[in-house]
Amino acid sequence: MSDILPSFSRRTFGRLALASSAAALASGWRPGDALAAAPGGEPIKVGILHSLSGTMAISETTLKDVMLMLIAEQNRKGGLLGRPLQPVVVDPASNWPLFAEKARQLLSVDKVAAAFGCWTSVSRKSVLPVFEELNGILFYPVQYEGQECSRNIFYTGAAPNQQAIPAVDYLLSEDGGGARRFALVGTDYVYPRTTNQILANYLRFKGIRDEDVMVNYTPFGQSDWQTIVSQIKAFGSTGKKTAVVSTINGDANVPFYKELGNQGISATDIPVMAFSVGEEELAGMDTRPLVGQLAAWNYFESIRTPANEAFIREWHAFTKNPKRTTNDPMEAHYIGFNMWVQAVTKAGTTDHDKVIDAMVGIRQPNLTGGIAQMLPDHHLTKPVYIGEIQEDGQFSVVWKTPDLVPGQAWSPWVPETKNLIGDWTKPIACGNYDTVTKACLGKTHA
Amino acid sequence: MRSLACLTLVVAFWLGAVLAPGQGARADDFAGLARGQFEAIAGGVATLAASGDPQAESVLHALEQRRLFFTPSGGLFIRQGEVYRDARTGQPVSPVPDMIAPVRLNNRVRKALVAAWAERDLSSPLVAKRLGAAEALYHRPDPAMLPAIGRVLSGEKDRAVRSALVRARAATILEQAPAPDQVAARLEAVASLRAAGGLEARGILASVAASASEDAGVRAAARAAVSRIDWTLRVWGVLQNAFYGLSYGSVLLLAATGLAITFGVMGVINMAHGEMMMIGAYVTWMVQQGIRMTVPGLEPIALLIAIPVSFVVCAAFGVLIERGLIRFLYGRPLETLLATWGLSLILQQAVRSVFGPTNIAVETPSWLSGSFALGGMEITLNRLGILVFAFLVLGGLMLVLRRTALGLEMRAVTQNRRMAALMGIRTPRVDAMAFGLGAGLAGLAGVAVSQIDNVSPNLGQSYIIDSFMVVVFGGVGNLWGTLAAAMALGMGGKVLEPTIGAVSAKIAILVLVILYIQRHPRGMFPVRGRGIES
Repeated sequence: MSDILPSFSRRTFGRLALASSAAALASGWRPGDALAAAPGGEPIKVGILHSLSGTMAISETTLKDVMLMLIAEQNRKGGLLGRPLQPVVVDPASNWPLFAEKARQLLSVDKVAAAFGCWTSVSRKSVLPVFEELNGILFYPVQYEGQECSRNIFYTGAAPNQQAIPAVDYLLSEDGGGARRFALVGTDYVYPRTTNQILANYLRFKGIRDEDVMVNYTPFGQSDWQTIVSQIKAFGSTGKKTAVVSTINGDANVPFYKELGNQGISATDIPVMAFSVGEEELAGMDTRPLVGQLAAWNYFESIRTPANEAFIREWHAFTKNPKRTTNDPMEAHYIGFNMWVQAVTKAGTTDHDKVIDAMVGIRQPNLTGGIAQMLPDHHLTKPVYIGEIQEDGQFSVVWKTPDLVPGQAWSPWVPETKNLIGDWTKPIACGNYDTVTKACLGKTHA
Repeated sequence: MRSLACLTLVVAFWLGAVLAPGQGARADDFAGLARGQFEAIAGGVATLAASGDPQAESVLHALEQRRLFFTPSGGLFIRQGEVYRDARTGQPVSPVPDMIAPVRLNNRVRKALVAAWAERDLSSPLVAKRLGAAEALYHRPDPAMLPAIGRVLSGEKDRAVRSALVRARAATILEQAPAPDQVAARLEAVASLRAAGGLEARGILASVAASASEDAGVRAAARAAVSRIDWTLRVWGVLQNAFYGLSYGSVLLLAATGLAITFGVMGVINMAHGEMMMIGAYVTWMVQQGIRMTVPGLEPIALLIAIPVSFVVCAAFGVLIERGLIRFLYGRPLETLLATWGLSLILQQAVRSVFGPTNIAVETPSWLSGSFALGGMEITLNRLGILVFAFLVLGGLMLVLRRTALGLEMRAVTQNRRMAALMGIRTPRVDAMAFGLGAGLAGLAGVAVSQIDNVSPNLGQSYIIDSFMVVVFGGVGNLWGTLAAAMALGMGGKVLEPTIGAVSAKIAILVLVILYIQRHPRGMFPVRGRGIES
């Protein structure tokens, strides 16, 4: 039977593959959408470097959509420098080396004026050398572990001092339950490891003893949390108030929270503070057992401001789905994109060097109040909010920082980097300037 | 009619306004809630609960459900639909006051609410409520409740409630600051917590043992009790870990059973096996949604209905794949591997295009959520359900293979395809049916996995490697081998995990399996005789 029509089968298979890719294209973006109302002239290309397939598609597809929405809106407003904006969407397929390859394609073939993309830190690390070599501009919209400051990257998500540190402050406070014992639980990769290192040092400074801090790492996509949840339960039964700080990556959160609910751990016993769980992740969960669990972000969909309500309305109209949620990295792209538009307008050109220099100091209102300002270390000033999960899958804000927090590229809580700052303005113009030795470490510590 | 309603409202409002000054003394009990700070609100909950005001219960309920609103001037209102009622009087107010804002709720306030409910329920005529209250007071001891606990305890008949109250009293006594005249009572409390055992008791005793202001005798007793409880916990811990291992193994078993048929029995390397699971999980979701829209009464058993539906849908997919793709590639494992891998990508992207890339929420019915205590073990119901389901599926599959004509034909084809064909068995039909069976089993695994994992287009990828590992490790073509391998891998993983961590445990298991396969290339239970490879 094996030798019946071998060539036929190959052809069928090819056709199947073709049909499926055509289907994928049809469901995705059509060039006409964004260019519809744009003015004439040579289009300015904007690269969108987000995974549309593979594991990270779950988070990154939304960011591609929001970029298309922002670009379409800008074109409706008359484009940029009298020219239309043209999105160039590539799919790095959750494959880290492919990110570098696609970045190279965007910069050297498509010659994009700026790129918006990446989610995981490893994908950012993979494209960083490409952006530096070809002197491109990347807007990175996700909260991350810091300890990086490239001239070619603008970090529009939170640095650790804009998310992790305030979150722990809240847990230590009376309102947050006055925790004196911490379980730092995370997925095993660079973001949780660096964040937990910073947090462990910070907790030590706050007088929490080492035996009161438990650190646990799990592989990507962990789905069996029984042992770890029971370990947390045992860890929390020494009579001291205990809290969990979770840097568990997106997908593994659902089984983690399910297990917490099933083992009867409620937020009033052991609260879980998450750094990677947003509205989007909650959309796939039954949130009733999670009421009161915490997340720290710089944006929540539930915050009522005119700007945010307009943004949500537009998002629902653009996606033709009134239930699509908005989240923190989407706001980061909103801020980043509008800042880039301002910088290009200010510089009067899309020339990379001129735009990079024009970026520092640009101000753009946040969707949730306050004004984001691009700092010399290419990070933003941001408000920090702590939200509690509610029955409807939204967060209710229970705490916010009194002022905007300026992002720090280098953590003062890591001994090796406590003297470093990033400052891309003259005369320092260095991503890792040692304030004690007054020297730029250059490529050796990037 | 409308004017009458208006008139009533006006009169009610007027009455409320006139009566308000007379309620000055009562209004204080409510004042704490009409504040912006959590500390004040939590304090307000305690004050109101203790006041015995007839409105207190409905006000606290409204707070819990986020229906309580306040104005900066101290007004407190409950929202019912579109109507706001004054919390103090229960009268509707119109128009809605200016600057009205919801009373905020956080974990601190929730804790105060739990305490308030416990206080109320302690004297409830219902055993379950009293038990709940006693448990809550044990978890969150409040020295102010000590007299009330003693009062209820003296009249309590129910044994479970009594023992919970004794524990609660012990915890409350130990929560108080130590005093010299309290040593006897504290020693007694330590003894009852020692008898109660468990993590909670250990926690309380550990902090007593570590407290510097504690009497030396009490401290020593607490230390002894802690080490005693630790020992018991360790014993239960071993059993608990064994359950985790079994449960993890049962998930592996479910995921691998279907593959044991397609790969083990038919020798087809089906990389799209995980996607069959994914489709099974999506079918579960569709069944749940469909039932919710058509017959909401059946919602609790939607999951049970999804079981046969998923099986049939995935089996049909399986037959389709076998007829449309696999049958042209028999005997060419490399091409099969590539074709099915491509197919898996196509299926993933198709689901992503239709249902979106984000997770969908498959609901867990209430009879499958939560846990129960078995001695010192905590058995979660969804894991137990999957454990039972996995063995039912395996048993059912054994029956099909041993007791049905299809099973007989499948075994015949496996043992010697040419001979079976010569005996009049239509081998292509058997191949299609067997592949359909394997895919259907994957669909069943999808139903189960939807209860513990997230359901997204990527669901299948996280199971495919483990499934292959189980089948190869167990011995290709042997269902008992699959069972043994799933349990061995599950147990092994869970034994290693607490000591060396989840990441290292995974690596260690992989290394051990590789070493084992090196020595025994045909797995734990190799099929003897003229197998499909020969």
